Amino acid sequence: MNKIILSLLLGLLPIVSHAEQGLKLDHVRIDLSDQASLQRGARIFVNYCLSCHNAAYLRYNRMGHDLGISNQLVKQDLLFATNKIGDRMRAAMPAADAKKWFGVAPPDLTLEARYRGPDWIYTYMHSFYRDPKSFSGWNNTVFPHVAMPFVLYGWQGEQRAVFRNVKLVSHVMENGKAVTEVTEERVFSHFVLAKPGTMTPKQYDLAIRDLTNFMVYMGEPAKLERIRIGVYVLIFLAVFLVLAILLKKEYWKDVH
Amino acid sequence: MSRFGDWLNERFPARELMREHMTEYYAPKNFNIFYYTGSLLLLMIALQLVSGFLLMAHYVPTSADAFNSVQGIMYDTKWGWLIRYMHVDGVSLIFILLYLHIGRGLLYGSYRKPRELLWIIGYLTYIMMMGEAFFGYVLPFGNLSYWAGQVITSIIHAVPFVGPGLTTLARGGPGVGTATLERFLALHAVLWFLIIAALIVMHILALHQVGSNNPDGIEIKKTKGADGHPLDGIPFHPYYTVKDIFGVGVWLTVFAAIIFYAPTMHGVFLERTTFFRANPMVSLPDVTPPWYLAPYYAMLRAIPNKYLGIGLMALAITLPFLLPWLDRNPVRSSRYRPVYRVMIIIMAITFFTLAWVGEQPPLPKYFIVERMGAVLYIGFYLLLPIISSIEPTRKVPERVRS
Repeated sequence: MNKIILSLLLGLLPIVSHAEQGLKLDHVRIDLSDQASLQRGARIFVNYCLSCHNAAYLRYNRMGHDLGISNQLVKQDLLFATNKIGDRMRAAMPAADAKKWFGVAPPDLTLEARYRGPDWIYTYMHSFYRDPKSFSGWNNTVFPHVAMPFVLYGWQGEQRAVFRNVKLVSHVMENGKAVTEVTEERVFSHFVLAKPGTMTPKQYDLAIRDLTNFMVYMGEPAKLERIRIGVYVLIFLAVFLVLAILLKKEYWKDVH
Repeated sequence: MSRFGDWLNERFPARELMREHMTEYYAPKNFNIFYYTGSLLLLMIALQLVSGFLLMAHYVPTSADAFNSVQGIMYDTKWGWLIRYMHVDGVSLIFILLYLHIGRGLLYGSYRKPRELLWIIGYLTYIMMMGEAFFGYVLPFGNLSYWAGQVITSIIHAVPFVGPGLTTLARGGPGVGTATLERFLALHAVLWFLIIAALIVMHILALHQVGSNNPDGIEIKKTKGADGHPLDGIPFHPYYTVKDIFGVGVWLTVFAAIIFYAPTMHGVFLERTTFFRANPMVSLPDVTPPWYLAPYYAMLRAIPNKYLGIGLMALAITLPFLLPWLDRNPVRSSRYRPVYRVMIIIMAITFFTLAWVGEQPPLPKYFIVERMGAVLYIGFYLLLPIISSIEPTRKVPERVRS
């Protein structure tokens, strides 16, 4: 079985890289000062993503502190996989089981937003569609043949992907002569919502925006801190600079 | 001075050093903005030592834990993010300063007699810094670190006869792993740093032996006043120390703005692929070096033959050593050499175009840029002996212009 999956994956590599090149990502507005959005995002992340994925560089109490959630509330609402608030955020599912069930261990997501970028995550969470040929029954246009099943299908509903055929014209040299080759390629066109979910598309957009916002926070919790502290550092340096200019002028008076 | 001062100076030449290198070191009074770069480089390298020491206190050089320990610094260590961004962004800022510092030497002919050795020591320091930077960006062991480590160590493979052995020696095994991280850390934090520090001391001593050049390229020691000091010179301390303090203020403001508001500089100072753990199974579509090494990488790629490409890169890195002898014009500064000035401007544009193209994916449309860049870069050094002996020059004044 493993061999079959591996050969499938290897065979798909060129397609994956090709598809990623022409990818158009939807833009998501990130606002780390929107604490309510971060809190909603944290709830989605802990309830759904953290079932299988780790976010092991972040600790629960740090998250609570940064997002304005009291330790009491964190313990009550967000602590599922452990009972220690100082613990790293680890998946509820053991990695070995996950690997057995999905073929690959779900990756740690702490740094996903820094690696992929927020637009990628936002678009990815909008791009699952039903694919009976795939292993999990789901496929994704942003990450083709991804092992992850669509966890939030209850919210968004079931999408079907519509493809269209495109003529690819390529100019190649054959025996010193320029030859034009025309091939057909199936490219993704758009999605159709086959079965609506519990959320309207608008509600779902907002939920995923909150989730993405939280993942951007999670990728760099220090960002909240550095943007605040930076102002004081720059004010200090401005004062230093004024004194330095005055000192220099005073000394250089006698240089002609 | 005080009794303590006397006691100290009988045992340690503090006053003598102060006099020789500060209060009685006469520097030309017409220094411009380029002349901040020396003191700023010294400051930045000192800051790298401090931030590097603090990072090393939390870093684990094993393939299993290197990435985790760096994230530990970012997430769990108090002020760890600040120290890491200082260290990471410091590298790019050091190379910006280095390129300005080297460019100034080209512009004003500071490599010319009697400053040949000063130039060579300085240029050698720059080459060592490239190695230091390379060891440094392998250490966090993100995926970029891993593949950059693989690619760069495989370049040594091309060395005749001993190449394969050297590659294994550099990696500490057949591939990049724990042994590589351990030796790179030792090189980065101990040996290479000590060599660079020693070279900097030698660079400053050589400078103070021959005296500073200036934008006019005139020897200020030629016109001395009744007191025996150059008329166009002023004591380094207090004049240039207070001026450099102002420069430090401006530079630290830029540095702080980057650290606090754009620490990754949109992936230029800290690439996205460094946030993905090293994984030999996940190859990167194209491994590109950081911007400051990219010009040489572009030249390496310009010839699609491994040995010739590496040969071209090695030539590009070593040619500047010969500069003091390639330039045959009696006038130093480009202020009085219009043709040479144009050559330097073309050289600067070429160098930064190569840096840009070195970051692009290896597509045919970029080959022409890489090749033209390589031709212009090498051409500068090959044509310099001819052009510099026939180019017209303007009249050089007796005294510096203020």
